[in-house]
Amino acid sequence: MKQNENTSLKKHMGIKAKTRVSNTIIYIILVLMTIIWLFPFVSIVLQSFRGGPVKGMTNEIIPSIWSLENYVALAKTDFFRWYLNTLIMALVVSVLQTVIVLCMSYTLSRFRFKMRKGLMRFMLILGMFPGMLTMIILYRVLKDLGLTQANAVPGLILVYVASSGMGYYVSKGFFDTIPKSLDEAARIDGATRAQVLTKIILPLAKPIVIYTVLTSFMAPWGDFVFARYISFGASKGMNVAVGLFNWLSKDQINSSYTMFCAGGVIVAIPVTIIFMCLQKYYVEGVTGGAVKG
Amino acid sequence: MKITDLEYLKLPKWRRALIKIAQFFISIPKAFLNLFVKIGRFFKKVGLAIGREIKDIILTFKNGDWKTRISYVIMGFGNITRGQVLRGLLFLLFEAVFLFFMFKPTGGLYWLSMLPSLGKEGPGKAYDPIYDTYVTTYNDNSFQILLYGVLTIFFIIAFIITWRMNVKQNKLAQQILDSGKPLKSGKDDLRSMVDDNFHKTLLALPLTGIIVFTVMPIVFMILVAFTNYDGTHDGYSNALFTWVGLENFNTMLGIGNGTKVYAATFGEILLWTLVWAFFATFTNYFLGMLVAMMINKKGIQFKKFWRTVLVMTIAIPQFISLLYVSKMFAQNGMVNQFLQSIGVLKGLDYIHFLDEATPARISVILINIWIGIPYLMLIATGILMNIPQDLYESAKIDGASGWKQYTKITLPYMLFITGPYLLTSFIGNMNNFNVIYLLTGGGPTNAAASTAAGSAGYTDLLITWLFKITTGAESQYYFASVIGILVFMIVAAISLIVYNLMPSVKNEEDFQ
Repeated sequence: MKQNENTSLKKHMGIKAKTRVSNTIIYIILVLMTIIWLFPFVSIVLQSFRGGPVKGMTNEIIPSIWSLENYVALAKTDFFRWYLNTLIMALVVSVLQTVIVLCMSYTLSRFRFKMRKGLMRFMLILGMFPGMLTMIILYRVLKDLGLTQANAVPGLILVYVASSGMGYYVSKGFFDTIPKSLDEAARIDGATRAQVLTKIILPLAKPIVIYTVLTSFMAPWGDFVFARYISFGASKGMNVAVGLFNWLSKDQINSSYTMFCAGGVIVAIPVTIIFMCLQKYYVEGVTGGAVKG
Repeated sequence: MKITDLEYLKLPKWRRALIKIAQFFISIPKAFLNLFVKIGRFFKKVGLAIGREIKDIILTFKNGDWKTRISYVIMGFGNITRGQVLRGLLFLLFEAVFLFFMFKPTGGLYWLSMLPSLGKEGPGKAYDPIYDTYVTTYNDNSFQILLYGVLTIFFIIAFIITWRMNVKQNKLAQQILDSGKPLKSGKDDLRSMVDDNFHKTLLALPLTGIIVFTVMPIVFMILVAFTNYDGTHDGYSNALFTWVGLENFNTMLGIGNGTKVYAATFGEILLWTLVWAFFATFTNYFLGMLVAMMINKKGIQFKKFWRTVLVMTIAIPQFISLLYVSKMFAQNGMVNQFLQSIGVLKGLDYIHFLDEATPARISVILINIWIGIPYLMLIATGILMNIPQDLYESAKIDGASGWKQYTKITLPYMLFITGPYLLTSFIGNMNNFNVIYLLTGGGPTNAAASTAAGSAGYTDLLITWLFKITTGAESQYYFASVIGILVFMIVAAISLIVYNLMPSVKNEEDFQ
């Protein structure tokens, strides 16, 4: 009896020791990953504070001369103009795009009408064309309307918002999970379909509304392709991505590398803070979207 | 290849796997065949539907009263005379706008008539007697002709649909009045916009946006693939462009006896695009799942911290993080300079992270892991928590090792649920412009291809190549569109095949 207890105790200890070893290995991996993941971000912040005559790339990981001159130098460039452009785009796009995506996804989730299946299939096929292809014609059309180069901001807003209805999948998946019986009950009580949407569904859809606002707010900060093509060399119409990209071109990198880092930090801070605050909703949207396809 | 279930179960594992793989490949032609049958059926259905509509239009005319018959020419006439003034006026307004657009000078008819030639007279020189010089005169504009031609065709289709609606409404109104019921008033119509027809109200704006800014541009760009529209034929200021048939496709695919440079480049880039998409998708998938499992393991502390750290790469705009990383690994970047300063690299030696073909390809895949793992970690975390825990407990009781549990429970469950996601992420990676363009710009340049094909590089995907051709010096828009169409065909083929073979293609109604 006693021996029996002993062996079971030994076995128990064995499992515990094993867990401890495997947990230690996991901790080591996670710490290493943390270092790899954070190194570039820490490094860009450090580089942005690097003063001295060398403005290009160096071997200094930790700067030998600390200074704020890169941030001061930003004021002399068009950087804050780009920043304002991007901020305006992000704010307007996040509102309009959310409205459009919600209209689209709610309709496709809740209504059963004749062309519904066909419409969804059509948009699926449409989405298989590289969107970049439309850039050439959109540029020419916007140019005729006077919405390119220095006036690129309204043009870009139009481009981002107009086709945003195609990205309805994630929020449709969310609406699909809200029981239909809620709608039916409200309809029996005499609510119109519009009232069902505004009074019943929207309050329940807060997470997906926040998710849509968040993702559409973040998109203009990172858009590079359309922004570059439509602003086409006019500094006043660029967004931060296009402007900062040019600072790393071959002929500018030696004079503006540290300034790029400073600009990058100023761009990244608000976006990252907003993202981190609303992370919960983002995770919900991403996982929900992936599970439902 | 036909074997019974019993025989199949008797086979050793590797032969079972072989049979599965063989079955997959055997089913591919079948999937294609199915596709063609489906397309055939679709056209048959459309043809029949059009036949029915025409029959109905004729019958309505035959059985209609004079109000209905006049409505065939003056749209909305029946509505107005029967008391539905609002509807009638809208129909009438639409018809007026349509007729005005079609018949005004340089209106719809003009654009349609120019469409087959895309312009007759290009820019020329005219003698200006006042200044005694020759000045350039601009005449037809191929770009506008193509654009407005497409627009006109869309407008005509819209008109036919509206006209058909108008006829149908007359028929209905007649039927309702005959049965002695009152017609809906304008007020009822407005009310139904927020009630029975609320879906039409909601869809109006998004669909208009999609049609104007996506469908029409895509139709236009598909047509461009059959023209010679490029930097030297911009259709207005230097020369007209015109239809060239399948010539661009032949050049790109190396059919006929023209230059084979494009075909060779296309093949090479396509191969790399597929290789890249495969590795980018599956490295992220399995490593992301692994990380999620590590973070979620019982007994691991600070779960939230690890997750937040990883999510940083999602939060920070990619152009900052990827551009910075690409500079870190550049020839005189931080990593190489650091290695030189501590003496690992001698003198000015450097590691060709991003400027030699194979290292660059490996580097982009590795750096993509840095960007991609966090998404998968988030997704996998959500799914792993949903796996019923009793499955693992009973597995443990049966003595299954951790690896066994993973291959028999976790992996099948994950694969089943994320099947559609894997497909979309594979296609997303095929078109992953940001990672490639910001990291390497498609470089290092492929010398064999660069002479003719828009300076394609070794890490260029089809999508970045398309971008380079569009923005390059020669601006061969027609090649950009040919590539776009080919990308579409490849993506569509992959999706169809995989989607039809996937076990988790579920009926969407199951969720409701």
